[in-house]
Amino acid sequence: MADPMKIRATMKGDVAEIRVLMSHPMESGLRKDAAGNAVPAHFIQSMAVEVGGKKIVDGQLAGSVSRNPVFGFKMKGAKAGDKVVVNWVDSKGDKRTDEAAIA
Amino acid sequence: MQHRVIGALCAMAVMGGVFAQTPRKPAAKPAAQAAPAPTAEAKDAATLEFEKFRAEMEDSNPAELFEAKGEEFWKSRHGPKNVSLAESCDLGQGVGKIEGAYVKMPRYFADADSVMDAERRIVWCMVEKQGFKFDDIAKRPFANENFTPDITNLVTYVAGHSRSMKVDVPLKDPKVREAYEIGKEMAAYRAGPYDFSCNTCHGSDGKRIRMQNLPNLSTPKGAMSGVQGWPGYRMTGGVMLTHQWRMGDCFRQQRFPQPKYASDAVAYLLTYMIGNANGEVYKGPGIKR
Amino acid sequence: MNTTRRTVLKGATASGVLAGLIATGALRPTQVLAAEWNKAAFESKDATAALKGIGAAAATESKDLVIKVPDIAENGAVVPVDVTSNIPNTSSIVIMVVRNPFPLSAQFDFANGALPEVSARLKLNETSMVRALAKADGKFYSVQKEVKVTVGGCGG
Repeated sequence: MADPMKIRATMKGDVAEIRVLMSHPMESGLRKDAAGNAVPAHFIQSMAVEVGGKKIVDGQLAGSVSRNPVFGFKMKGAKAGDKVVVNWVDSKGDKRTDEAAIA
Repeated sequence: MQHRVIGALCAMAVMGGVFAQTPRKPAAKPAAQAAPAPTAEAKDAATLEFEKFRAEMEDSNPAELFEAKGEEFWKSRHGPKNVSLAESCDLGQGVGKIEGAYVKMPRYFADADSVMDAERRIVWCMVEKQGFKFDDIAKRPFANENFTPDITNLVTYVAGHSRSMKVDVPLKDPKVREAYEIGKEMAAYRAGPYDFSCNTCHGSDGKRIRMQNLPNLSTPKGAMSGVQGWPGYRMTGGVMLTHQWRMGDCFRQQRFPQPKYASDAVAYLLTYMIGNANGEVYKGPGIKR
Repeated sequence: MNTTRRTVLKGATASGVLAGLIATGALRPTQVLAAEWNKAAFESKDATAALKGIGAAAATESKDLVIKVPDIAENGAVVPVDVTSNIPNTSSIVIMVVRNPFPLSAQFDFANGALPEVSARLKLNETSMVRALAKADGKFYSVQKEVKVTVGGCGG
């Protein structure tokens, strides 16, 4: 079971700034471990951000995104209290959905 | 294995810089290179470039993911005695109180009759209050790529509740002062196959290893830059590591025997180092190269 | 991947089926929105093939696309990349690390008020150009900047 994300969403003027931290190994499949064995690929492939019930970002990712990914997005037309929902699906089919309110 | 090789390279890199500056035994080490050490003031372009991105890296630090896990552990019941740390553990500010506790440690705890840094104290609580066995915790005390111990998450959580607060190690307490003085001596103690001390790398200004400047831990600002790093999210490997880990790693790099986990020795060194940072503002769990 | 769900979604013009699934909680709306991963592009081993894979073989250089990356990475495993597009009607931003074994790193499609702007952190295998692309009104624009990756110190 994947660990929760940390979502921070704040209004700066009329722009909502959304910052997402995800807990994920993001193994590219290209790395070897300390014993020299190839570490199999395991990374988030798709993610989406929804604000106030509407999708604002649809993302596709590769294994070259850093371990424990960090993303920042911005949008106009949101307001404090709006619900932000972020989800991801990884290359093994594991998924995670978390939410926060815009502060 | 790879880790060990890197360690050896690091030691050589240090020797290059260090012996160029303080040629106490210049002939003894063939690997020593005469590299001019930059001064603390003359920051090179690379260092300035790193600093440009520092605020952004600190603002969005994956350490928060570990804080969240630590919070969950702190507040829920665990161990053979099935109690939570929130209802049993006193970090010096009262049972369960964590606001500002991190920057006021190491401190003396009468119930344990010891000077304890944050990690040592939380381990003590896990053992005394929750009933965990010390040896079980000490078996795997630090994180690797596949595993993060509860204690690491807990320390990160507690440290996160001292954000933007001034370091205030109670050095006026005679027991803490004594620990500080022993720690100071330990930092200066030269030994091992390379005749290193902590101060060889971290006792004066202008030292560096490759691209990294080495803080002078005897000054408030230098000590703070060390304190600021740990617990820290290490970009290499993407793991969360604590100040206890960092002390052990310094010993390893000096080719000293490893200090015992959560021991007096580490607490004394930390008292010296964190005590030197008194008055400086702590920004919360760090992010390190 | 849940193939049954995919099949249902692909044939989901019969939206009654979909609505039913949502109502029963079998599907959450947010999951319905997830994009299909562009396998061919992400598994391309050179930048040219990756560009072709996303339909951006003919991208134009643009000064209205801004990429912010460090000149020298403190750690190649975590390189901060910020991309902002000032090109009107930008609907997507793509980031590539030209010299990575798989150059395509990420694609973000924007809608419903999202600004065409993203920050992410990427792994760089070695010193490389980092290229950002923006898609606006069906056309691709690009900008690139080099990031040097060095071997660092130890302990931290």
